[in-house]
Amino acid sequence: MEKDQRSPGRGIRQSMSGLHIWAGLLMGWILYAMFLTGTVSYFKDELSQWMRPELAHQAELPDPALVAQRIADELVASVPGSPQWSMRLPDARTNSVYAFWRTAPGSAEGGRRAFGEANFDPATGGKVTARDTLGGDFFYRFHFQFHYMPALWGRWIAGAAAMFMLVAIVSGVITHKKIFVDFFTFRGGKGQRSWLDAHNALSVFGLPFHFMITYTGLVTLMALYMPWGEQLAIKTQAERQQMTAELNAFIQPGKPSGQAVPLAPVAEMVRQAQERWGRENVGRVTATNPGDSTARVAVARGESGRVSMSPQYMLFEGTTGRLLEVREGVGSAAETRGVLYALHLGRFSDGVTRWLYFLVSLMGTAMVGTGLVMWTVKRRQKLADPERPHIGFRIVERLNIASIAGLSVAMTAYLWGNRLLPAGLAERAAWEIHLFFAVWALTLAHAVLRPAKAAWIEQLWAAAALLALLPVLNAVTTDRPLWHSLGQGDWVFIGTDLMCWALAALHAVLAIRTARHRPKLRAAPAKGRTGIIGGALEEGRS
Amino acid sequence: MTPLIDRVRRTAPVASRIVAALFGGYALAALGSVAALALPMSKPQAVLTGMLASFAIYAGAVVWVFAARNALRAWAGLLVAAVPLAAAAWSVW
Repeated sequence: MEKDQRSPGRGIRQSMSGLHIWAGLLMGWILYAMFLTGTVSYFKDELSQWMRPELAHQAELPDPALVAQRIADELVASVPGSPQWSMRLPDARTNSVYAFWRTAPGSAEGGRRAFGEANFDPATGGKVTARDTLGGDFFYRFHFQFHYMPALWGRWIAGAAAMFMLVAIVSGVITHKKIFVDFFTFRGGKGQRSWLDAHNALSVFGLPFHFMITYTGLVTLMALYMPWGEQLAIKTQAERQQMTAELNAFIQPGKPSGQAVPLAPVAEMVRQAQERWGRENVGRVTATNPGDSTARVAVARGESGRVSMSPQYMLFEGTTGRLLEVREGVGSAAETRGVLYALHLGRFSDGVTRWLYFLVSLMGTAMVGTGLVMWTVKRRQKLADPERPHIGFRIVERLNIASIAGLSVAMTAYLWGNRLLPAGLAERAAWEIHLFFAVWALTLAHAVLRPAKAAWIEQLWAAAALLALLPVLNAVTTDRPLWHSLGQGDWVFIGTDLMCWALAALHAVLAIRTARHRPKLRAAPAKGRTGIIGGALEEGRS
Repeated sequence: MTPLIDRVRRTAPVASRIVAALFGGYALAALGSVAALALPMSKPQAVLTGMLASFAIYAGAVVWVFAARNALRAWAGLLVAAVPLAAAAWSVW
């Protein structure tokens, strides 16, 4: 059993191996879900377009200045008295304009801190009339705050999981003495060795990315996780404003004067920003106290052309459109944070970089997945009675099935729900999400009730079938089947259809390989498991 | 009684390390983020520097806690690292 006084022979590599395995296992299922939904989120805008098939393919980007004016007019009319609203202008990847606003104090919608949000049609300025859906944003939000719980809880859980991941990465590297030699080692068809080699190759190849994505993930929410310095040093209102200005381009509303003055043309302000940063490189337009004499409008720089999320914006007087300030730089620490933040989101990417992000992130997902599976593969060989494994083994084995194969089924089911749920359904967007979780729960029930191997195979085939048939479902239920989108050059729909088939093939291959696999079972050695970190010690490599 | 004591004696060091890693590590990281306020830079920059570095401190502390030869050394190491950070933090309190 675990002796705390370690003999000198039991080196740091062994203790790090134990740390790696247990840190990885405890948060592995959450991390897998965060990794996979996060990976998909690199295409969240495209997925949102696919999930709103009523919105026509955007062959040409409309002039952002005109769009900004249209949406501003709409917001002025539809949310009068709002102390702040903000819109993200369309770019090549979005065909709708997302806007949110604070509801007017004392309005019917709720208290002072209440928010509203909607998607607008850039062509008409009206609210989008597409089916009610959260689109790709569901996966994006789920990957750092989950669902069915207050967002703050979810963010703390995600932070804890990310911290475990960081520890697992560092301890994994220390464990791994022959890190570069092993990268070129793959011993296929050899059970545990193959899993280990696959896990190593996936981890080492993507190591800089995995490390970056984990650390920057923590950075995105660092003010929540490490608030102590800020609480101690930032006390006055002025200091707080100075701090906020270092972090984002959201200008905060001051006290309204109560004197009504209409908002000056927003299009003119956006034009000035376009001259500075490029026609299609204007990101966000935020107005505070619009319609009041104290109104301010900030037009922020777009995300392409620089790897940083640090605020750069032009500030205008809302009533006259006069340029008050151009902000194009923050302090060095704030810029560092801006760069790390941008690296995590990858929004600066062009098409090729985006695909690289997606693929390496998918490898990260597979790294977590192979790690989880390896835990059971290693221990199965040492089970006293392989027919009746102990409860801990069974829990891990079944959770692995539902959280790996089951998640694929559930995520695809979410897309099926998007096409199949009736348009008039009340709370439709919420029902798409309920469907996702209901299917995920079913895969867990299935994993518990069926023999483990059968459950793996059946769920992988289910995911493959659902993915393979999704383009067919799309062709039947929308007027944008593959042949149509090919004719239009609509790469969002073409790409989604092809990606579904590629992922279906991947799941089919995994299902076939699992079905063919014959685990070699050895009788357990008499001493059995060697304690809490015991299994970890078998890492010794030939 | 004896088996229970045995059990406690066996698991206590591991439990102690886990507590040291989770809470001791966080406390050290938090202390480090406050100590950064002593850096010669403006307040917002110092606050952000502390936040950015804190996760590296946390991860390093956890690795140390499990690399140390025994649980006592693990705690002692955290305390030793805390002394200069606490001194720096004290200067700006």
